[in-house]
Amino acid sequence: MLNHLLSGDLPRSRVLAVVLVIILAGLLLTPFIFPGAKALNVAAKICIFIVLVSSFDLLLGYTGIVSFAHTMFFGIGAYGVAIALTRIGPTWKGVAVGVAAALVVSLALSLVIGLFSLRVKAMFYAMITLAVASAFQTMASQFSEITGGEDGLSFKVPELLTPGFSLREAPFLGVSLDGKLITFYLLIAVTVVLFLVMLRIVNSPFGRVLQAIRENEFRAEALGYRTVSYRTSSNVLSAMFATLAGALLALWLRYNGPDTSLSFEIMIDLLLMVVIGGMGTLYGAVVGAAIFIVAQNYLQELMKLASGASIKIPLLRDLVHPDRWLLWLGLLFVLSVYKFPAGIVGKLRLSAWRKRMAQPGA
Amino acid sequence: MPFALQTQELTIRFGGHVAVNAVSCAFEPGTLTAIVGPNGAGKTTYFNLISGQLKASAGRVFLHGQDISSLSAPQRSLRGIGRAFQLTNLFPNLSVLENIRLAVQSRAGLGHNLWSIWSSHRALITRAEEVLETVALTAKRDMAASALPHGDQRKLEVAILMALEPDVFMFDEPTAGMSVDEVPVILDLIRGLKAQSDKTILLVEHKMDVVRELSDRIIVLHNGALVADGEPAAVIASPIVQEAYLGVEVAK
Repeated sequence: MLNHLLSGDLPRSRVLAVVLVIILAGLLLTPFIFPGAKALNVAAKICIFIVLVSSFDLLLGYTGIVSFAHTMFFGIGAYGVAIALTRIGPTWKGVAVGVAAALVVSLALSLVIGLFSLRVKAMFYAMITLAVASAFQTMASQFSEITGGEDGLSFKVPELLTPGFSLREAPFLGVSLDGKLITFYLLIAVTVVLFLVMLRIVNSPFGRVLQAIRENEFRAEALGYRTVSYRTSSNVLSAMFATLAGALLALWLRYNGPDTSLSFEIMIDLLLMVVIGGMGTLYGAVVGAAIFIVAQNYLQELMKLASGASIKIPLLRDLVHPDRWLLWLGLLFVLSVYKFPAGIVGKLRLSAWRKRMAQPGA
Repeated sequence: MPFALQTQELTIRFGGHVAVNAVSCAFEPGTLTAIVGPNGAGKTTYFNLISGQLKASAGRVFLHGQDISSLSAPQRSLRGIGRAFQLTNLFPNLSVLENIRLAVQSRAGLGHNLWSIWSSHRALITRAEEVLETVALTAKRDMAASALPHGDQRKLEVAILMALEPDVFMFDEPTAGMSVDEVPVILDLIRGLKAQSDKTILLVEHKMDVVRELSDRIIVLHNGALVADGEPAAVIASPIVQEAYLGVEVAK
């Protein structure tokens, strides 16, 4: 049953399995064990990025396509929901229209980019996606009539999802059962479903062809696989999932603007998360997103504590000043790439495999 | 009966250099034709033109009488032209079995299926295991292809071609770089294919004893042109081969 749900692609490392269970349990229990809005926001962001990073891994890790336009599709999803809810009003119909319209736009754009430019060399493809994404970002801030420009759009969501909505008067285990909580659990549910769907895709015969193309495109062609068609499909699928992640983001924040969903910084974060977690594993997306976002949000606070404690020691005090958190994040990243080139998941799987090999009679 | 494969005035130019020069040749089903010639004669390029890795500057290719000149490499592969490569050309980080299974999957036309689990298609795996058995690599099925020694990589290269089950088999120096005791495995495979009377085999090979023993016919390429064509004994004895090909070999 579990094997089927995970499409036969089990974690293949006990440590990894434990880590994944901890992440899932941590997300599910966040409202109960980590009180406060910040923890809930971090958990929600982890969910959204699990979907986004997984969809990027489908493209980069499984198919070997380097694209910088991934946040564009993320943004399209977020803007789709934001614009539809602003115009139509806070109804489920608005959500449906927004998501559907965003999916159509992403489908068309990814198909066009794919068909026109996947024939060129990887380097040029990366450049083209970079150009398209920049153009899109500029357009999003210029057409302020529709998109709200640099300020973005704040909007109302359907009542069930609003903090004002309450499932019952009395709090449950000290947590009030409001719309925010409902949104949070819906978010987790959608994340789990989308992740399992992507896990199925990469473990399907189609997913196997993607890996073959990543390994040796020339040979895949000689076997009869039309690689342009597979690469385009991968591009489109990955864009669709990124769009859905964007829609989730907008519904969670009840706001969207160019900096929240389109900025190049998110693109860099995405790359880091997929590399830290382990490319071409999909589980790496979960681990990478969780670690990175927790570090991004709590490293600064940790450093504040350390800085306070070392206030008397001149150089150390400056080094652990909260403003230096990016430096430390950068160092962590360089170290992790250096020590685990296959990412955390790759490393865990390798050591589990070595252990199995070392066992007599295995 | 139409020819299994036919090339008509097949030509490719790279700038001013004519690598393959108006080669017209027809191959009957059930025959093994050896293609010989010195290095740089255009043998591999001729192969690339037939299997579609290169587009011809002029001339046409027919498969079972149908013009396939405008088709891409994958389309030609699906029509039944199977190709093994001279320089080993595998999926390096995928397992040995997966390398073969991908060929079986292509033949089964399952590539666009994205909602089933790959391992649920047992028949494909079983078939891949059968092919693996024929090249005596079963014990190494889970190793990464790149971790195999050179000789085994050559065997895997041939196994991938067998798994495609094409009508036309194109072997480009299948035994190159193999140790003496590994060569018979490959030659037995080719003999086995030859015994299935409907398969057409093209073989580029430098080892003259192999060519003499296996082929029904030899064609000689020299500077991109077809310079001799006929019975193995007659071609090997002909002055042009002695001079253009064997002479070069002896001179080494």
